[in-house]
Amino acid sequence: MSLLDYFRTSKTSSASLDKERLQILVAHERTSRNQPSYLPQLQKELLEVIRKYVSIDQDAISVNFEQDDNQETLELNIVLPDTNKKS
Amino acid sequence: MARIIVVTSGKGGVGKTTTSAAIAMGLAKRGHKTAVIDFDVGLRNLDLIMGCERRVVYDFVNVINGEATLNQALIRDKNCNQLYILPASQTRDKDALSQEGVGRILDELKKDFKYIVCDSPAGIERGAFLAMYYADDAFIVTNPEVSSVRDSDRMLGILSSKSRRAEHNEEPIKEYLLLTRYSPERVKLGEMLSVDDVQEILSLHLLGVIPESKSVLNASNSGTPVILDEKSDAGQAYADVIARYLGEDRPHRFIDEKKGLFGKLFGSK
Repeated sequence: MSLLDYFRTSKTSSASLDKERLQILVAHERTSRNQPSYLPQLQKELLEVIRKYVSIDQDAISVNFEQDDNQETLELNIVLPDTNKKS
Repeated sequence: MARIIVVTSGKGGVGKTTTSAAIAMGLAKRGHKTAVIDFDVGLRNLDLIMGCERRVVYDFVNVINGEATLNQALIRDKNCNQLYILPASQTRDKDALSQEGVGRILDELKKDFKYIVCDSPAGIERGAFLAMYYADDAFIVTNPEVSSVRDSDRMLGILSSKSRRAEHNEEPIKEYLLLTRYSPERVKLGEMLSVDDVQEILSLHLLGVIPESKSVLNASNSGTPVILDEKSDAGQAYADVIARYLGEDRPHRFIDEKKGLFGKLFGSK
C-alpha cells in the first residue's frame, strides 16, 4: 500500500469511528444511569397486568423515570387500541 | 485544610499507580506534606513504583485493625522527606477495608498532611469505592481509547452519586481529566482519539496530557516516580499537571507531534 493510499483511507479513520461509537454509548448510558434498577421489571409486569384486560403491543407501553432537584417522576404512558376488545 | 485526591479510572492498566506516584511526589517536592495510600488490597504495587517494597513492615489493613499505628505503617520516601507511603496489604482481600476504618485513618492523616492521594484499584468494587468515597478531588486517568473513556464516564457517574460528598449533599467532588499514554503521531494519523475528542465526550477540566513515553517503564523499573525524571516528556507533563492543580497557568505541551517538541526544545535552548 502506497503512502498516498494510506492517507486516502484514513479519511474515515478508526479514531472517528471510535468517537462516534463512544458518543452514542455514553449518551445512552448516561440516561439510564439514574434510573432505578426495577424499571424494566416494572414495565414487564405492568404489561402483563394490562394485557389481562386489553390487548396491547409490547411497545404500546412506556415507562419513564425523571429526576430533578426535589422530585422524582415516574411517567407511565399506555396507548390503548381504538376499539377496546376484551381478551 | 487537607485535601483528599483520588486517582481513579474504572479500567485497569491506564496509569493510575504511575499517576498516583508522580503527583504525590510532585506535590511533596513543592513542599506540601503528602501521603499516598495504596487501596489495591491483595494486589499492591504502589510500593514497587515508589521503590519502597523492601521497607514495608505494616500496611493499611494493619492500621485499620489496630495492629499497628499509622506512624509505624507510614514509610517515608527516600527521595523526598515530605512524602509518605501507606502500602496496601498483600495477603488480605478487599473486604478487609471497612468504610468506617478508612474514614478514621483519613481523618487522622488530615491532621498532619496537606494532601492525601488515594491510589484506587481498577474496577468499581469495594477498594475502588472506598478510595473515592471520601475524596475532595478526583483525577480521572483515561487513555484515548474506547473502553477507557467509557469506564471513565461510568466512574464519573459513581463519583457524583455514591461519594460522601454526594450522599451529604455537599459541594461535589472536583473532577479533573488526565489523559495518559497519548500518542500525538497516532492522533495525527487518525488512529487514536484526540484530546478534543475525549473532551467532547467527557467534558472535564483537563489537567494534563501525559504522552506515551519510554521513561514511564524506565521509572517503574527503577522504582522512582517518573516525575523525578525531569528530562523526560512524561516527567515534565506530570510537573505541569501539579502546577495546574496548584493554580498556575501552564500551556499544554505534548499534544502535538514530537517533532514540534524537539524543535522547540533544541530551538530555544
